[in-house]
Amino acid sequence: MSLIHFQILSAALFSIGIYGVLARRNAVLILLALELMLNAVNINLIAFAAYGELAQAATGQVIAIFVITVAAAEVGLAMAIILRLFRDRSSVDVYDVDVMKW
Amino acid sequence: MNLSLVVFYLLSVVCLGGAVGVVMSRNVVHAALLLLVSLMAVSGLYLLLLAEFLALVQVLIYGGAITIVVLFVIMLTRAQEFRSMSANPQWRLAIVTAFGVFVLLAAAIIKGAPTETVRQSLGFKELGNSLFTDWAVPFEVASLVLLVALIGAIVIARERDVE
Repeated sequence: MSLIHFQILSAALFSIGIYGVLARRNAVLILLALELMLNAVNINLIAFAAYGELAQAATGQVIAIFVITVAAAEVGLAMAIILRLFRDRSSVDVYDVDVMKW
Repeated sequence: MNLSLVVFYLLSVVCLGGAVGVVMSRNVVHAALLLLVSLMAVSGLYLLLLAEFLALVQVLIYGGAITIVVLFVIMLTRAQEFRSMSANPQWRLAIVTAFGVFVLLAAAIIKGAPTETVRQSLGFKELGNSLFTDWAVPFEVASLVLLVALIGAIVIARERDVE
């Protein structure tokens, strides 16, 4: 088991997340796919932290903690936006909110 | 084939299987629960990478907080009524894009060919030291980000009629 295993896994998870973001219409499901992509990034960060120099290991793990923090904040805000969207439009379909689409 | 490699492949299968379930499932509640499965497998991968603290944080934040919030919103928005809308006209393009990104990333990774096979463990003490010395300012900024997100979420989700 080496670094490359984790990198390939991370790439696969990220690609699945990209498919989810592009192919879904439900705003909640798009957010779930976004979480998958954030986790792929975290796997990469922590794998590099584990296999790199020990002096740099803390950097990778601390940045992963920040990514998790921002992900939590993002979920809170996105859920508030989706609730507001549902109250105003009675729908969580992203195709219903294309007012700003060029 | 040593034990850690077997564990790695098991966790990878659970993780990727759960992820495919999240993006394929027709039921929104099933997608949220499959996300939990996938994220717990990721937590196991963190343990395999000797990052105990991150594994703990992963279980607490994703298992305890994010999945619950998502399930609450699914209940509140009655999203199950919109099952039919999982059919997006651009799903073929999405598959091509996702596959293209994977091929690109995999090619770059294999070309880079990292050969490190030795994992090091970073203790709780070193991580805490680093967090409160080198990363003290970003740590405080992160708390500010959480505060702003909290206030913003309340302001956005509040009933306007109260005013």
